[in-house]
Amino acid sequence: MKIAVCINHVPDTETKIKVGADNVNIDKTGVNYMLSPYDEFAVEEALRIREKFTGDVTVLSLGGDAHKETLRKALAMGVEKAVLLKDDSVRDSNGVAKALAEELRQMSPDVILFGKQSIDYDNAQVGTLVAEMLGLPSVAVVVKLDIQEGKVVCDREIEGGHEIVETKLPAVFLAQKGLNEPRYPSLKGIMAAKSKPIEEKPAAPAEVQVQTIHLKKPPAKGSGKILSTDDSAVSELIRLLREEAKVI
Amino acid sequence: MKVLAFAEQRDNKFKKSAFETVKAARGIADELRAEFVAMVIGSGIESIAQELGAYGASRVVTADDASLAQHSNTAYAKVIAEVAAKEGAEVVFLPASQMGKDIAPRIAVKLGAGLAADCVALRVENGNIVATRPVFAGKALIDVRVRTKTKVFTLRPNVFTAAADSGTAQVEKAPVALEPKDFGSVVKELKVATGRPDVTEADIIVSGGRGLKGPENFHLIEELADVMGAGVGASRAVVDAGWRPHDEQVGQTGKTVSPTMYVACGISGAVQHLAGMSSSKYIVAINKDKDAPIFQVADYGIVGDVFEILPELTKQLKAALGK
Repeated sequence: MKIAVCINHVPDTETKIKVGADNVNIDKTGVNYMLSPYDEFAVEEALRIREKFTGDVTVLSLGGDAHKETLRKALAMGVEKAVLLKDDSVRDSNGVAKALAEELRQMSPDVILFGKQSIDYDNAQVGTLVAEMLGLPSVAVVVKLDIQEGKVVCDREIEGGHEIVETKLPAVFLAQKGLNEPRYPSLKGIMAAKSKPIEEKPAAPAEVQVQTIHLKKPPAKGSGKILSTDDSAVSELIRLLREEAKVI
Repeated sequence: MKVLAFAEQRDNKFKKSAFETVKAARGIADELRAEFVAMVIGSGIESIAQELGAYGASRVVTADDASLAQHSNTAYAKVIAEVAAKEGAEVVFLPASQMGKDIAPRIAVKLGAGLAADCVALRVENGNIVATRPVFAGKALIDVRVRTKTKVFTLRPNVFTAAADSGTAQVEKAPVALEPKDFGSVVKELKVATGRPDVTEADIIVSGGRGLKGPENFHLIEELADVMGAGVGASRAVVDAGWRPHDEQVGQTGKTVSPTMYVACGISGAVQHLAGMSSSKYIVAINKDKDAPIFQVADYGIVGDVFEILPELTKQLKAALGK
């Protein structure tokens, strides 16, 4: 089984976002980066599929040299190969998807995994764009992936429920939290990852389709009312919710 | 110019986001002086299509076929892209629901369009649509412009308003010509949980964190939620601890929510949690630590013990709401 996982290198969840000097990008000063959490579930699932069916796992990431840190994390978890599609510019989802699709077309994996969304720009569209560009089926927001003889059965999360979806390989799957419990890289894995090569290739060019014209912080909330802590707090809250906020 | 909006239904009942999407799209069509058409996909949907008239769709096209009873991203995308192309629609709106997010990228590729996803505000500037979308789970917002001739937008559910008026719709049936190969994936079974609304669709959310001290105490959250018909949410800490299912998690690695009211109970307010809920219209916080960051975003806060306050609040609300 040939498995590919597309991963992203993103500011960690504790980051307080600051607007950069150009008012378009974030201020990267002091920001720590991590493997995007949903992509981590995708990497783990790839390893489990390989362990069950044999084969090999390749991780791909599009970005600058900094992305090597995240590729190395995947290597440390046990992935065989890492490919960096080198590009230092800021791309929109289509630009990322186009370059990944180009590379994946040549690889022709049986299974392509993504996280359900990258937690930086939250577009939740790259995986499905790639599937459409490659003419492949896709199942998004997957919490269970069961590869059987001649078909794949997935449990996909939707609003207030689940869809049990059937498809066939080759296919694209977008991982949701709950799919698995990602392993911690072992010390041996971390050491081995240091000497594994990361293949670098130029990313296929793409035009900007969706242009960011302005990045801003959400409007700050005015200071709220702290209600007295005596017995009247609850009744006062209910009064405010009914008369002031009018929400109940 | 023409604007097309996709209205999502499930079990032949429109989702609230369908009305929101149609209404918002119609507003943009009017600003652009464009024609407007809404679209519904399913099986036996002729009778419900009419309802969209009350939200600004004077024309509705249906793709009504037994094979389309259940969602299939490849088939739905094909049908919508074909209708959009035939109609000459240059702007396509879908809800940023799980269904919308599953088909919008495919439509964008088919139409050579750029996709601005999960928008929370739209405006027209010099004849161009400028969309605002949250990034970093709402820690920041970006304004974007789609530069392709055809443009696709998905709109976040629960953000745009949808009041009905007395409008009516003329309903037309689009021909459906699908082959088995058009169904790349097929929904074999739909398991819909009954009871509380999902946090992404709920008007009110009652959410619990580590302050609840254990999964056995979440009945306090559920009881308060049920009095108000609210959804139940949870912080990452309690989901990671296995106290609550992950589909309840609110925050950067969970769901980003925009309810009318969010009640945070025993949640201190980590950066990644605040990101996911601070766009709620009203925030109520109940926490015993007066310095908890949650109070910085709260409209109303009670500093106190959730084990005392929640039962009292549930009791008094029941009386106040006559339940």
